[in-house]
Amino acid sequence: MLTAFRLFPETGSTIAKHVDHLFIFLLIVSGAITLLVFVLIMTFALRYRRRRGDKTIPPATRTYTSLELTWTIVTFCLAMVMFAWGAKLYARMFDPPDSAMVVYVVAKQWMWKIQHPEGHREINELHVPVGQPVKLVMSSQDVIHDFFVPAFRIKHDVLPGRYTSLWFTATKPGSYHFFCSQYCGAGHADMVGQVIAMEPSRYEAWLAGTAPEQTPADAGAKLFVKFGCAGCHGVNAPTLAGLYRSQVTLQDGSQVTADERYIRDSILDSTSQVVQGYAPVMPSYRSQVSEVQMMQLLEYIKSLKDPAAEEGRIKKP
Amino acid sequence: MTTLPAPLSGSEHNYLSRDYHVLSWLLTKDHKRIGILYLVTITAFFLLGGLAATLMRLNLLTPNGWLVEGATYNKLFTMHGVIMVWFFLVPAVPAVIGNFIVPLMIGARDVAFPRLNLLSWYLFTIGGIVALTAMVRGGVDTGWTFYTPYSTGYANTYVFLTATGIMISGFSSILTGLNFIVTIHTMRCPGLTWFRLPLFLWSLYATSIIMVLATPVLAITLALVAAERMLGLGIFDPAAGGDPVLFQHLFWFYSHPAVYIMILPGMGVVSELITCFSRKRVFGYSFIAFSSLAIAFFGFLVWGHHMFVAGESTYIAFAFSLLSYIVAVPSAIKVFNWTATLYKGSISLETPMLYALGFIGLFTMGGLTGLFLAALGMDVHVHDTYFVIAHFHYIMVGGMVMGYMGALHFWWPKMTGRMYPEWWGRFSAFTIFIGFNLTFFPQFILGYLGMPRRYHAYAPEFQTLNVMSTAGASILAVGYFLPLCYLIWSLRYGPLAKANPWNATGLEWQTTSPPPEHNFESIPTVDQEAYAYHLMEVPDAR
Ligand code: HEC
Ligand SMILES: [Cu+2]
Ligand SMILES: [Cu+2]
Repeated sequence: MLTAFRLFPETGSTIAKHVDHLFIFLLIVSGAITLLVFVLIMTFALRYRRRRGDKTIPPATRTYTSLELTWTIVTFCLAMVMFAWGAKLYARMFDPPDSAMVVYVVAKQWMWKIQHPEGHREINELHVPVGQPVKLVMSSQDVIHDFFVPAFRIKHDVLPGRYTSLWFTATKPGSYHFFCSQYCGAGHADMVGQVIAMEPSRYEAWLAGTAPEQTPADAGAKLFVKFGCAGCHGVNAPTLAGLYRSQVTLQDGSQVTADERYIRDSILDSTSQVVQGYAPVMPSYRSQVSEVQMMQLLEYIKSLKDPAAEEGRIKKP
Repeated sequence: MTTLPAPLSGSEHNYLSRDYHVLSWLLTKDHKRIGILYLVTITAFFLLGGLAATLMRLNLLTPNGWLVEGATYNKLFTMHGVIMVWFFLVPAVPAVIGNFIVPLMIGARDVAFPRLNLLSWYLFTIGGIVALTAMVRGGVDTGWTFYTPYSTGYANTYVFLTATGIMISGFSSILTGLNFIVTIHTMRCPGLTWFRLPLFLWSLYATSIIMVLATPVLAITLALVAAERMLGLGIFDPAAGGDPVLFQHLFWFYSHPAVYIMILPGMGVVSELITCFSRKRVFGYSFIAFSSLAIAFFGFLVWGHHMFVAGESTYIAFAFSLLSYIVAVPSAIKVFNWTATLYKGSISLETPMLYALGFIGLFTMGGLTGLFLAALGMDVHVHDTYFVIAHFHYIMVGGMVMGYMGALHFWWPKMTGRMYPEWWGRFSAFTIFIGFNLTFFPQFILGYLGMPRRYHAYAPEFQTLNVMSTAGASILAVGYFLPLCYLIWSLRYGPLAKANPWNATGLEWQTTSPPPEHNFESIPTVDQEAYAYHLMEVPDAR
């Protein structure tokens, strides 16, 4: 499956066929224009080829403003169709469904560390169930990398110091290459791996077969005490229960959704987005929390589901 | 420089025969000699950049990369990119052809600031030597794009030296641009109004504006990278609160317009060649002229299309995608107008014309595949793959290098006083066209299949297409090697050139080949529009 010579990549995700449709549309339009230009040039070059001894002076060129305007407007309109189609697809590619299961991806020179919410860790391999939307929350420990799965037609840069994300739903069981596609140094070409898409039942079996010692949420609970978070949160700082995916009102009145990136930024640099009604007393944990610990803290905070203790938090539907 | 042999032409007192001393070249203020200095310099750089590409293509014959290690390969593609972009493509048409032809085309005796012009060449050469020193001492492995934080915090190679070299040569671009702007504004001969200017000058004018406005940003960006490396400022370092993506904004704010520095002059050349070899005034003169300015303007507003998957917000991505589509329109206008120019012409397919037609075809393909990349949902898949590599090589090599080769053949008789061998010229033009397509077309397919760029080793399913590409590259190499041989040969053995061998309309053809030191016996006057081929005799078909 991985080595056969082919002219068109495999399609392994729900989005892939939409990308292919756009590709085929672009191929037809640009193929037609290329053909038109080539045929015209060839025809003119042969039809109006100067014969030996032919000294006739060609007629002077005239200006046809209407022709100029026609091809300008037609080109412009075609371009706008391409723009709209591409933009629509892009918006969809980066808007994960709420039901997506989150998997963390930490990139470093030159490997991919993958962490499932159930606690399973993998290196350069990512097991996912077919038919289930999967959202990758990605960050890098060093330089910029990029997570690219050709069969799924998705990629996104993986940045240091910040979460970026990507989502997909695998449609067919199988293994698919993923590549680092942002140049990252000597081992860039070795930063490759496989997404292994499995039937949900087999995925469950795989999870069960490789049970982890402790889940990230459990580890996060310990860190929450170790870093002294528990000393404030629940005492004189906002409770974090039910925070994930809720709407938070900041000091300047703006509303943000508490996604992974927001929570991450709150921990690393809380003064940049202070919650309304609280003093900016939370210290910055920028140089203390590693990427893996961050992920564990996040999983812990996400596991604190207690809507009863919440007033004023508007749940995302 | 001293390789140019003695008297080249029947004309006794030309700019070449004036003095044969090496110093008379190194201290010359003559725009024509400076053009030749650039020609020799960039040819050397082209060969070096080509050598790096050859090694890369050879290495990619097998999936595990049999020839060089990853680290070496990374230095090779960096060397290839740095040399080809800054030391070949950017100066190719403006500094070689532009320097030689602009004053002749506007009926002037020299550029506005001859000393500055010589300084430009020195800066360029010094910059080149500095960059080469870095390569010889061990190389750089950041890619020509110098992305942070890799370049600032992780690369252990000669980043600082290379950046310095590029920065120095950047000043040469700025000075050349400035010189052209002033020259075109103030030194046109009597009667040569703006709308009588050959379109080559419009395109060079637009290019010069970009050079003057964009290049300083490159200098600032590289200076920041250097400062961050030396002093650890933390501008691009997330651990210190910096933002690595900021670098990409700065870099592409220069480098997207730089794409137009590299292609607009080629477009100008095509307008000259198409008209001359179809004996027609160009179709839609003012549309082509203004499309150059439109490209220069909108070219500054699209840099974000290099960052659609770099963490840009969705709305910003929409804006940059929209603007990228808008900048495509003026390029399309040019292609349609050139094609229409051929209609009912009297077409002869001499070497320069073959290159011009090749330019139109390959540039069309390069431009159209740019529309794929500007489509947001499509770019997510093909960004940073071989699709992008193929796309910009269709523009830069298929377009610009074709344009440069066309220009070189077209003005060769004027520059040297000798004709190149026509049969060899046509033969190598075809070889280049075929070799080029064989090299780069498979890369579109590779890209859509998902082969990432900058991989010294790759998954086995990509091998067949890579072998095809390397095979094509060897044909392409022959295609480039031939002109190098026969053009040098023609310096001594080529037939003497007449003043106007093509019966072309430009003012540069009204003086002897090669021109005298001060270009014209007496300053010409112009009383007609450009490309008045309907008033010119048609030369014999060859
Ligand atoms: C000194 C007390 C203190 C400590 C210690 C502390 N925080 Fe906070 N934290 C606050 C306060 C006060 C706020 C609300 C004001 C703000 O946003 O800065 C806050 C806000 C937050 C928020 C945003 C909450 C929201 O409702 O939007 C998160 C997430 C958070 N803290 C996580 C942590 C974690 C994880 C730790 C331990 C690594 C921690 N905090 C340690 C006081 C603290
Ligand atoms: Cu990489
Ligand atoms: Cu660009």
